[in-house]
Amino acid sequence: MHRADIRPVPFLTAAMTELFGIPLPALLSQLLLGLVNGSFYAMLSLGLAVIFGLLNVINFAHGALYMMGAVFAWMGLTYFGLNYWVMLAVAPLLVGVFGIIIEKLLLRHLYKLDHLYGLLLTFGLVLLIEGLFRSFYGVSGLPYTVPEQLEGATNLGFMIMPNYRAWVVVASLIVCFGTWFVIERTKLGAYLRAGTENPQLTQAFGVNVPLMVTLTYGFGVALAGFAGVLAAPILQVQPLMGSNLIIVVFAVVVIGGMGSIMGSILTGLGLGVIEGFTRVFYPEASSTVVFVIMAIVLLIRPAGLFGKEK
Amino acid sequence: MPLSKEFVVYLALFAVVAILPFVGAYPVFVMKVMCFALFACAFNLLIGFTGLLSFGHAAFLGGAAYATGHALKFWGVSTEIGLLIGLLSGAALGFVMGALAIRRSGIYFSMITLALAQMLFFFFLQAPFTGGEDGLQSVPRGKFLGLVDLSSDVALYYVVLGIFVLSFLLIYRTVHSPFGQVLKAIRENEPRAMSLGYDTARFKLLAFVLSAALAGLAGATKTLVLGFATLTDAHWSTSGLVILMVLVGGMGTMLGPILGAFVIVALENKVGEIGMFLGRITGIEWFNGLGESVTIVTGLIFVICVMSFRRGIVGEFNEWWARRRAAASA
Repeated sequence: MHRADIRPVPFLTAAMTELFGIPLPALLSQLLLGLVNGSFYAMLSLGLAVIFGLLNVINFAHGALYMMGAVFAWMGLTYFGLNYWVMLAVAPLLVGVFGIIIEKLLLRHLYKLDHLYGLLLTFGLVLLIEGLFRSFYGVSGLPYTVPEQLEGATNLGFMIMPNYRAWVVVASLIVCFGTWFVIERTKLGAYLRAGTENPQLTQAFGVNVPLMVTLTYGFGVALAGFAGVLAAPILQVQPLMGSNLIIVVFAVVVIGGMGSIMGSILTGLGLGVIEGFTRVFYPEASSTVVFVIMAIVLLIRPAGLFGKEK
Repeated sequence: MPLSKEFVVYLALFAVVAILPFVGAYPVFVMKVMCFALFACAFNLLIGFTGLLSFGHAAFLGGAAYATGHALKFWGVSTEIGLLIGLLSGAALGFVMGALAIRRSGIYFSMITLALAQMLFFFFLQAPFTGGEDGLQSVPRGKFLGLVDLSSDVALYYVVLGIFVLSFLLIYRTVHSPFGQVLKAIRENEPRAMSLGYDTARFKLLAFVLSAALAGLAGATKTLVLGFATLTDAHWSTSGLVILMVLVGGMGTMLGPILGAFVIVALENKVGEIGMFLGRITGIEWFNGLGESVTIVTGLIFVICVMSFRRGIVGEFNEWWARRRAAASA
């Protein structure tokens, strides 16, 4: 399972306050856990949406590339003694470069065909990448500890907050909103949006669209790699860690619709929180609640919460 | 009525499969291939003839496998009723999943089917009747129609062959019926089919349910053959495997899925040996463990097929045949 361990954080104070029969600190710590999972959903669905916008490819390999980010972080530490902070920058770069190679070598040749072939190709890549990593590292988790600067927890009075989890939420929010800002508010982003809208016309205006496509794919998968490094200290680092996650992220994408950047971020975070609450009130459903919500959204608003029906 | 060339090929194939147990083939292996061939044919009805890529067909195979296994083991129903229960549970699951999934098209359709199948997988993981990680073990085969004792592999072999042939004929009939023509029209151009007055959503749902029911029958038969149902049947990797079978054999061809199923099932059985062989001749230790990582090989085949072999074996053969004919008549 990809999810963070669900052990509630021990609470010392304020244990008397209750909400719906659940002690408030327990509820808040589940909320934080939900936000952590939601951060991963947000980063991954954001990457999927950016890639889909320009390439019309659903990148099935996103989960595998997230796993690569985490394993690269572990390899950096184990083989080269590079610490967490170095790998937080290096691993996404490596994953991005790997993505660029995939795009140039394989994906590029499928753009003219039915979109389904992009999905099938990246699905094959998942099997290949996961199989390769598995043949070297097995399926048992590779140990990776929280960086010392973020060890321990902070007592906020109403709850005990583990520092690393707070960092994951903050870091992913910065990256997500940074991406939103670049795409929606800068000139580079305007080119990108133009390329999504009408690639031929954008090219005619002198923008190098094929290069932009390559870099967009590289950036999208680098986001997945970044999420992987963030996940390394709290989730088990192992070759199959991305495969269940990516399916949940697909559901997130269906719920949100891929039309809007902000929509992907908000849907991801929101579903993480809902999942966290489900774990408190009805734990049996916590692994399926996102799918149930997807079914309901499909019945009420098939295009997704933020989507536009094409 | 003169037999068409196509039917001669089918008859020859049938004759070969029918005598296989007497020429030394291992019946359980061939039965397993037939189950997956039926699964692949059912899947091909959607991808090949309707243009819908379902990424959740494992749900029908796995769901029906559990339903049949449970009915045979705990309710003590007769074999044919057990199979019928599998077929119907596949159809019921297909109806629910299909009704939701056809609300979106293209790539979203694939993602929705995948997500719904994953939901079912988590349900099976927790539900008491599936046996969790262990699966449902030692399912009895019983007697077919109360007459034929199926504990003999050879007797079961011909029952499975019968199920396969009947299902194949049903698919053949469907594809070549007016209904099948509408499905093809939807595959080629859905808006145009709609503008001709066809309720395409209904046609798509019907095709989906039919495909799910036959996939369910494949799962039910598989439980009967192997005597167990496990979570693997319902896992997303099985949905991927059936896509690969159809892709390798040839989408939208009648024989492609059968050939693809044979190639992939045989490969999965032999990958370990191939790895050992490569390890021996190259001296690279890593190859010896290839049997543990079959997905490297299936993944590689996936990539190769998508990049440069999109018609599949049968599709490429038909193409070559047509070109040869054209050259001969010119």
